[in-house]
Amino acid sequence: MDEKKLAIIATKGSLDWAYPPFILASTASALGYETEIFFTFYGLQLLKKDLDLKVTPLGNPGMPMPGGMEKWFPTLLTALPGMEAMMTSMMKKKMASKGVASLEELRELCQEAEVRLIACQMTVDLFDMDPTAFVEGIEFAGAARFFEFAGQSDICLYI
Amino acid sequence: MADFDQELDASGLNCPLPILRAKKTLAGMEAGKVLHIIATDPGSVKDFEAFARQTGNELMESKEEGGKFLFLIKKV
Repeated sequence: MDEKKLAIIATKGSLDWAYPPFILASTASALGYETEIFFTFYGLQLLKKDLDLKVTPLGNPGMPMPGGMEKWFPTLLTALPGMEAMMTSMMKKKMASKGVASLEELRELCQEAEVRLIACQMTVDLFDMDPTAFVEGIEFAGAARFFEFAGQSDICLYI
Repeated sequence: MADFDQELDASGLNCPLPILRAKKTLAGMEAGKVLHIIATDPGSVKDFEAFARQTGNELMESKEEGGKFLFLIKKV
């Protein structure tokens, strides 16, 4: 049986959207897939040593809020100072209580399983990001490098 | 309960951790040995079936007992 390949582009840098790339990549590698994640634009936040990701109910009507309050809570008030910090803290507590892994743990599991993590060089330059702020063992490359692997992949996801 | 060689308690862990821990534990076992997994994630029932089909490891038993999901997987 040939090894299957999974290519993922991670473009989002919020706490909620950080999960799908790492969950899918770590699971795929457990199933024997060769896996690569290409991090571009806000997705690069997921490669920082110190993850400081947030989740916000602002502009996100599908996000469940405590006690079903998303059904009546005025949208405008989700922009209030402190809402983001409060929802982020509640989301993290909820995840821990339900046995959902931390992002740091999932990312480490990906690296242990030899999932290749690639940082988009263009984005690093664009936002003047400090390459030493990223975790060890990642690669810096461009779109052509992504296609080299994605072109042979069985599954290719844009997240 | 059939015999097993090693046990993994994945109670309280959610997707995809039970699968990842099982994969890691199996990697350290010899072929033909049997791993007993205890999980509380209801999603793990379908996940371990799919894991076995895709990795070739044999899911010998899958059952629920007292709110826990118990699996026996034989390493290929």
